[in-house]
Amino acid sequence: MTLAAFAYQRPRSLAEAVEAMAEAPDARWLSGGMSLLPMMKLELAAPPALLDLSGVEDLRGIRDEGDFLHIGAMTRHVELARDPAVRRDAHLASLAAERIGDPQVRNRGTVGGSLAHADPAADLPAALLALDAEVEAVSARGRRALSVQDLLLGPMMTALEPDELIVAIRIPKHTGHRQAYTKVPHPASGYAVVGVAVAIHEEGGRVRQAAIAVTGVALKAFRAARAEAVLAGQAVDQEVLAEAAGLVCDGQDVLGDVYASAAYRRQLAQVVTRRTLEGLR
Amino acid sequence: MALRGQSVPRLEDARLITGRGRYTADIQLAGQLTALMVRSPHAHARIRSVDGDRARALPGVHAVYTGQDTKGVLNPIPTAWLPPGSDLATTDHPALAWDVVRYVGDAVAMVVADSLAAARKARDLIEVDYEPLPAVTGVTEATAPGAPLVHEGVPGNRALFWHAGASTDEVEAALRQAEVRVRLPLVQQRLIPNPMEPRAAVAQYDPSTGKLTLWATSQNPHIHRLLVAGVLGLPEHRVRVIAGDVGGGFGSKIACYPDEVLVAHAARELRRPVRWVEERREHFVATTHGRDHVEEVELGGTRDGILTALKVRARANLGAYLSTAAPGVPTILFGLIVNGAYDIPHVAVDVEGVYTNTTPVDAYRGAGRPEATFLIERLVDRFAREVGMDPVEVRRRNLVAADRFPYTNALGITYDSGRYHAALDRALAMLDPGQVSRHREEARRQGRLLGVGVSTYVEMCGLGPSEVAGAVGFQGGLWEHALVRVLPTGKVMVMTGASPHGQGEETTFAQLVADRLGCSLDDVEVMHGDTDLVSMGWGTYGSRSTAVGGGALSVALDRVVDKARQVAAHTLEASVGDVVLEAGRFYVQGVQDRSVAFAEVALKAHLAWSLPAGVEPGLEAQASYNPTNFTYPYGTHVAVVEVDPETGDIHLRRYIAVDDCGPRINPMIVEGQVRGGVVQGIGQALWEGAAYDRQGQLVTGSLMDYALPKARFFPPIETDALETPAAHNPLGVKGVGETGTIAATPTIVNAVLDALAPLGIHNLDMPLTPERVWQAIEASGWKAAAGGQGGVQA
Repeated sequence: MTLAAFAYQRPRSLAEAVEAMAEAPDARWLSGGMSLLPMMKLELAAPPALLDLSGVEDLRGIRDEGDFLHIGAMTRHVELARDPAVRRDAHLASLAAERIGDPQVRNRGTVGGSLAHADPAADLPAALLALDAEVEAVSARGRRALSVQDLLLGPMMTALEPDELIVAIRIPKHTGHRQAYTKVPHPASGYAVVGVAVAIHEEGGRVRQAAIAVTGVALKAFRAARAEAVLAGQAVDQEVLAEAAGLVCDGQDVLGDVYASAAYRRQLAQVVTRRTLEGLR
Repeated sequence: MALRGQSVPRLEDARLITGRGRYTADIQLAGQLTALMVRSPHAHARIRSVDGDRARALPGVHAVYTGQDTKGVLNPIPTAWLPPGSDLATTDHPALAWDVVRYVGDAVAMVVADSLAAARKARDLIEVDYEPLPAVTGVTEATAPGAPLVHEGVPGNRALFWHAGASTDEVEAALRQAEVRVRLPLVQQRLIPNPMEPRAAVAQYDPSTGKLTLWATSQNPHIHRLLVAGVLGLPEHRVRVIAGDVGGGFGSKIACYPDEVLVAHAARELRRPVRWVEERREHFVATTHGRDHVEEVELGGTRDGILTALKVRARANLGAYLSTAAPGVPTILFGLIVNGAYDIPHVAVDVEGVYTNTTPVDAYRGAGRPEATFLIERLVDRFAREVGMDPVEVRRRNLVAADRFPYTNALGITYDSGRYHAALDRALAMLDPGQVSRHREEARRQGRLLGVGVSTYVEMCGLGPSEVAGAVGFQGGLWEHALVRVLPTGKVMVMTGASPHGQGEETTFAQLVADRLGCSLDDVEVMHGDTDLVSMGWGTYGSRSTAVGGGALSVALDRVVDKARQVAAHTLEASVGDVVLEAGRFYVQGVQDRSVAFAEVALKAHLAWSLPAGVEPGLEAQASYNPTNFTYPYGTHVAVVEVDPETGDIHLRRYIAVDDCGPRINPMIVEGQVRGGVVQGIGQALWEGAAYDRQGQLVTGSLMDYALPKARFFPPIETDALETPAAHNPLGVKGVGETGTIAATPTIVNAVLDALAPLGIHNLDMPLTPERVWQAIEASGWKAAAGGQGGVQA
């Protein structure tokens, strides 16, 4: 449980960070270190160099950009959980951030780090998927935007190039939408056995827009498209909710492990989805 | 000022919680080298070769030891418990395997280097050529005909067979005559202790004196001295073992392990201090595990709820080798108390100890008694359901009544004292049946199932009389030693053979001293854990330190006071019989103005200018206390749980613990022990469980997979206490370190099964994970009514 030797650099600006990465292509970005450092201690990762992003001011801060919230990638989970603007306009992100790990992890871990790590049972990906968020990534080749949907490829796999860095997350405002995140944590790891993020927009007693995203259940967090479709346009009652919940894992290859088999996970996902939807009424 | 019975803050806490503890891993000696172990990745394999040449050639590497290097140089590590009449098949446990590895984690080589980094590099270069062999991990497969043999010389993998109580024929006849019989197949799963501090060892050898000093995470440094000297072939007086601060053990630091022996060997060979610190993931495979029983148990009785016969057949997984106390745990510490707190006339116990290709199993908090309590408490509930009675009523009818103590059970052990019914009544009063009904109704409305579980346990601890140790084959004395040294200023040093590692005896023993001598806590220094400092000791386990170590301290204090009284009487020109010690002063009885302070007497004793005839200078006394019996703490625990039938999730609603460990020296520390034990016991019921795959790989090998209880999992634990003295020891104390793990596990399982009883579910294996509960509910045919409202009449 001790770290092997590695080189360490702490760039002071985004330009400096990008340049440092260009010069040390085998380096890894270090943000909160809540996943990377344990992996290094367990000898599951052995990067020769770490580029610590904690000194890069450009990556911090939460800004209101009209229809969007701009969340700097180095925003700590605890900040996301408590920020008044996020709580008002993208409440789901706060709710998910509150359920991450333990206080130490929430104080250190970052939004960008969590997304880039892409743990299939992490909390934030579900919330950000449901909120239709996108990430802004930067490398020596320039800047690009991609949706969280496109970012997540699989377990610990993203569409980011090795030298690319998430600099911010942009969340379309969901002010007034009903939002909830329900998590069933694994008793040992604290990761989601099932995590369900829901954002519902109703007008005139009918669902105008329904977003349901699930983590912990498949190789990556996913949107439950068929369940969403059941809700869309409906005046929601118990039966509709139950029908939608029953379809939450539709089309997914549900994971099974020593703690929870695929059959049980599916059941849990359905029950949790139904109860989360019921709780929003 | 009466300090006994006061919840004074723990004296050891200031240093421990401010990071100033001195643990083994904190030891830094000049020229100290770092050792790492190479461990087998196979559960069972023949070692074709171990090549350490490339590792040895690395800069900074001082040595690589293989099994071939230590074979014949280090003696095998012996077990220290040889239960008589058990056909014990002992096997050599070499510090380093040289021909065959027998479990994942079995050490095959050790590298010693300047730094951890160098040692890690070297470890990766050591090449071991294995020829994998078929492995067995569970007792059922290990005892099946034709099963692979863990040790060639042990047919059927049978390490021991032990019987206690009446003949099986007699008990079977009693069961046949019983009006009601219930039978349960029980699995008490394997647990991994996980104290906060993993194991560690630092060894230093002084070639000029030939003396080896070993700092080790030990619960019993004198036992370690004995075993380490024997394995290394060193004379016992040239081995010093020091257990400084030890961060918990739960039994896992009783055993003598290969690691500490190897570190000592390397220090002797290399003439440099050598340090080894266990990693957490190493702890999972290289430190002893606990429990792991598969049982068939049967209970018979009358229709009106009187229990008459109990038959126990247990198969205990002992792992690949017999660890230090291992053979005694599933036999003596289990089999002699399977009837629990109930008066059952006909009892027979058969235990088969089985070798498997798994980490050795040894004592784990409770050691045998949780297994015994689980089976009887589960059986009593099952029996109550069968005869259609309230499980509390069945308990009431069979608990040993207060006027029957000392009570000898059918297995021949004598319970010292108790008010079992009173503890039950106290716990039920706390439970408040009216509140339970309201909670039950509330749960039913919300579609959940509420259950109440009870356990009226008794255990035996305070190990133990030396004669009994001999009779049951324990290769140690189990008495305890204490020395009380009063300095010229009246300050007091205590040296105890107890070896506390979290239990707080630095505080409770200081309380005993201050209470007896009338000094302040600050005037007392309690020292332990160093074999050069403490004359003799058998260590801390089996909830023995306050009962036995405290007994020795109490006798030594009496001797100090007796001598001081003589000096005081001489000073006060009174007869010894007229002098009394009160609140730190000796008085002539009835004459308040003729007195002398204890500290002054201490000074006079040391100056020796004027002592009564026949009194030696100085003020110091020691005592070796050998108890005449075990002690028998008992109590009633009650749990209220809710089961979510759609997810199988279990919600702990309430937990009540009423325990009687005799008079409490420090109620706060007792409460801490109870709470810690309870959460650990609930851990077994709900979350913990080691799992091996078919190849013998531990699949729950980290804290990300193996679920230890967390504070947030629990409601407030409601506690209360009775104080019934143990008549046979000087303090009347009984021990409380293990009652929580003994009582809590069946309490919780009984509560969950009470909740599930309307569904016809009467038995479930632990841990009761949500999936396991849900699967059972699914299999029962229960279906939620529309909208998730439960369809069950609770």
